[in-house]
Amino acid sequence: MEPLIRVAGLRYRYDEGIQALGGVDFILCPGETVALFGPNGSGKTTFLLHLVGLLEGEGTVEVCGLPVEKKNLAAIRQKVGILFQDSDDQLFMPTVFDDVAFGPLNLGLDKTAVEQRVRECLALVGMEGAAARAPYHLSAGEKRRVALAGVLAMEPQILILDEPVTFLDPPGRSALLSILHRLPQAKILVSHDIELARELATRAVFFLEGRVAASGPVDEIVERYRWDSRAVSR
Amino acid sequence: MHHVTLDAWSRLPSPLHRLDARAKIAAALAVLVSLALTRQLSPELLGGYSLLITTLVLLSRVPLGGLLLRAGLVLPFALGVAALNLFGGDPGRALALLGKSYLSAYMVLLLLATTPLHALLRGLEWFGAPRFFLMVAQFLYRYLFVLSEQAQHMRRARQCRAGGRSWPAAGSAVAVLFARSYDRAERIHRAMLARGFQGHFILLDPPAAGAREWLSLLLLAAALGVLHLALWNR
Repeated sequence: MEPLIRVAGLRYRYDEGIQALGGVDFILCPGETVALFGPNGSGKTTFLLHLVGLLEGEGTVEVCGLPVEKKNLAAIRQKVGILFQDSDDQLFMPTVFDDVAFGPLNLGLDKTAVEQRVRECLALVGMEGAAARAPYHLSAGEKRRVALAGVLAMEPQILILDEPVTFLDPPGRSALLSILHRLPQAKILVSHDIELARELATRAVFFLEGRVAASGPVDEIVERYRWDSRAVSR
Repeated sequence: MHHVTLDAWSRLPSPLHRLDARAKIAAALAVLVSLALTRQLSPELLGGYSLLITTLVLLSRVPLGGLLLRAGLVLPFALGVAALNLFGGDPGRALALLGKSYLSAYMVLLLLATTPLHALLRGLEWFGAPRFFLMVAQFLYRYLFVLSEQAQHMRRARQCRAGGRSWPAAGSAVAVLFARSYDRAERIHRAMLARGFQGHFILLDPPAAGAREWLSLLLLAAALGVLHLALWNR
């Protein structure tokens, strides 16, 4: 099966000279959900930003067969949707409707198609009644669901979820999880939440000092790196 | 979640709130221009304008006392110019200036209290206000809530560690807030790019103004006409 994402030998150094990625190899296949584990500062977020061309490093990055380069960015950003860790960064338009419509309008869809897509995506995340509300009037869980609707409105083939349940209360978390379970897209999940990864992911990848140190079943990776609460006693 | 008073008022249910923002902007502009062009603000005209705006306030269900009080904020600024006229031997003009300033602020506040900011900005854009300026205003308003929340968290953290009020502490808090806002601006820009932003905002056209809007404008114009014709130079 042709992979959706293929990364080989990706290196990146920040302006201040810090080597963030030191040769990352990674593959994402259709239907997969891959959890990215690793210590803070191990390069996970830097890696994700390369997948949509928000950072440019050395090496090969291909999304749906397209090399990540300037001329392909519009197409790639339509295929890869990112749910950022802080929903306030993602909900920048004055109303929920405008925010979910932001992506489809950038894709050049006409008014009827945009309105239909906004309605569908808000219904998908259970926020159909919130179209006229302002983002700062929403709770953390509602903000996360609206942000997800905004991402889904682009009809992406791949979803990147950066700590999707952080700051959510248990009902908010389970509401979001049940939505995520229903979504057919291939997903990359960045999280320190092992339980979440066990629920969602089909495979885990461990980042260490800007490289992929290991890849395998979630429990095997957790066990090998003692990547759960036992890690405290290391 | 924080609500500023005007924001809460702008979401009340009333016939005035339901009107298209463009009609309300046009009406407010008509009142402002008509006030500005009034050479001598006789007590009858002053009363007439007050009655007209107060009737609209009562229709809008916005708390009258709160609006009257807030409109007073313009007086310290107007007082300076009025004092010049007073000492220049023209007390009538000084009083008229104060009256006009107060009534103008009263009218503008009514517009703000009956129109959510996003609708107001869209309306102003329709009238040809520079889009860049409106976008800055929109982002500022959207993130003011987030910024004030961060500032409050920092204040509490300082208080928890028995930190008192001090200029150096306040200075460093402002510096930290600035640095965080700068980081956030970068993250917001990334989130915009990730959803296909290509340098300019694409918005759906607002629906055309209906009979209700035209009728309201006609009524207001008639009221202004009657006011000036009936009380002309009395």
